[in-house]
Amino acid sequence: MCLAIPGKLIEISNDANGVRMGKANFGGIVKEICLEYTPEVNMGDYVLVHVGFALSKVDEEQAARTYNALKEMQQLDELNVPEVPS
Amino acid sequence: MKYLDEYRDEGLAKKIVSEIERIVTRPWVLMEVCGGQTHTIVKYGIDHLLPPQVELVHGPGCPVCVTSLEMIDKAHAIARRPDVIFCSFGDMLRVPGSESDLLVLKSRGADIRVVYSPIDCLKIARANPDKKVVFFAIGFETTAPSNAMSVWQAKKQGVKNFSVLVSHVLVPPSIASILQSPLNRVQGFIGPGHVCTVMGYREYEPIAERYKVPIVITGFEPIDILEGALMTIRQLEAGTFEVENQYPRVVNREGNRIARELVNKVFEVCDRKWRGVGSIPKSGYKLRYEFRDHDAERIFDVKEIATREPDICISGLVLKGVKKPHDCPAFGKQCTPEHPLGATMVSAEGACAAYYAYGRHLEARPAVEAA
Ligand code: SF4
Repeated sequence: MCLAIPGKLIEISNDANGVRMGKANFGGIVKEICLEYTPEVNMGDYVLVHVGFALSKVDEEQAARTYNALKEMQQLDELNVPEVPS
Repeated sequence: MKYLDEYRDEGLAKKIVSEIERIVTRPWVLMEVCGGQTHTIVKYGIDHLLPPQVELVHGPGCPVCVTSLEMIDKAHAIARRPDVIFCSFGDMLRVPGSESDLLVLKSRGADIRVVYSPIDCLKIARANPDKKVVFFAIGFETTAPSNAMSVWQAKKQGVKNFSVLVSHVLVPPSIASILQSPLNRVQGFIGPGHVCTVMGYREYEPIAERYKVPIVITGFEPIDILEGALMTIRQLEAGTFEVENQYPRVVNREGNRIARELVNKVFEVCDRKWRGVGSIPKSGYKLRYEFRDHDAERIFDVKEIATREPDICISGLVLKGVKKPHDCPAFGKQCTPEHPLGATMVSAEGACAAYYAYGRHLEARPAVEAA
């Protein structure tokens, strides 16, 4: 659970409480993520996400490499945890 | 080399390994700090790939493994309460406490939920105003910003029925404590890349200086770890002890400033007990006083619990890099991922579980290295 997973940012929005949120696509699985720590990221950017929080930006090539490495190591289970409906 | 063909970039891996072979002149003991790195090392047999002079020992960087038994038992006591919805990362469910684990409590009717992110607990809290929603906030510095934001938002938004049971641990004091131990054999560190994504690596500089050990902040992919090992060995051979960054594509010296600032607003440093290791001064985070209304330990006031750890389990020594899973008489016998006796057998990042997952319990026990 200490590894961060790269995903592509496909949506940016503020939630009802003004928290900067977004959606990231991780190899087909889309998750809601918090973007408060990465104000610099834009739509289409790749971000490194740890337990639902984007921690840094990564480039696309790096994101693909890291994603594949995690997949190979079967370290993507946490993405299968269902989302809590808002 | 039996493992090399598993690398996507076999040529590069080969090159790094032969460079290590070329420069190494004497035995060295390196520790990888992060449990994700341990997993990679065992899966790709990196420890077998390196020349025999280089020994890798596995560090304490599995947050699931080092959460103290007292804290696990406290979590269980809180989770059992009928007025509580207890939320946790999935890995914590099977960690054995003195009596049982969260999965067993769940099967007995406790409302225990696995969440992807701590911030999801705020939604659960809003949807269940008559319940107390508690999140088990464990982890290293990588997880601290997420937990800090959840508490920060709960306070700001007035989500009064949300609290966190905090058992945060910090990497730098734990490696300093390893270096201070009279049993220490570690001469250089393959440092934790994702922890440093948040924190940067300034705090490692005084440790490298004081204990004269090279620390190379490293990613977790196989090539990263080989390169991190090469950089560490290069320094050891040259007699230098700097903090170097193998992982600049993700990590910089400052880390994520915004995240660090919020972590400091919500948490303060405290002494923390590590499972199997004992108390390490200033090695954890607790909530600051201003956030006491979201502090599960205060709200539920769980009294100290008498804990019981199986005698046979040596996970404390495994976490300190003094022993390997093979040295444990229960490894792969009484203790397996289906019936874990210690926390290092539960999480995929624990050394015992990684060794088991890749069939090391079937291999002959390696000759005991001279201590
Ligand atoms: S194999 Fe099991 S009993 Fe032995 S040290 Fe590891 S977790 Fe403990």
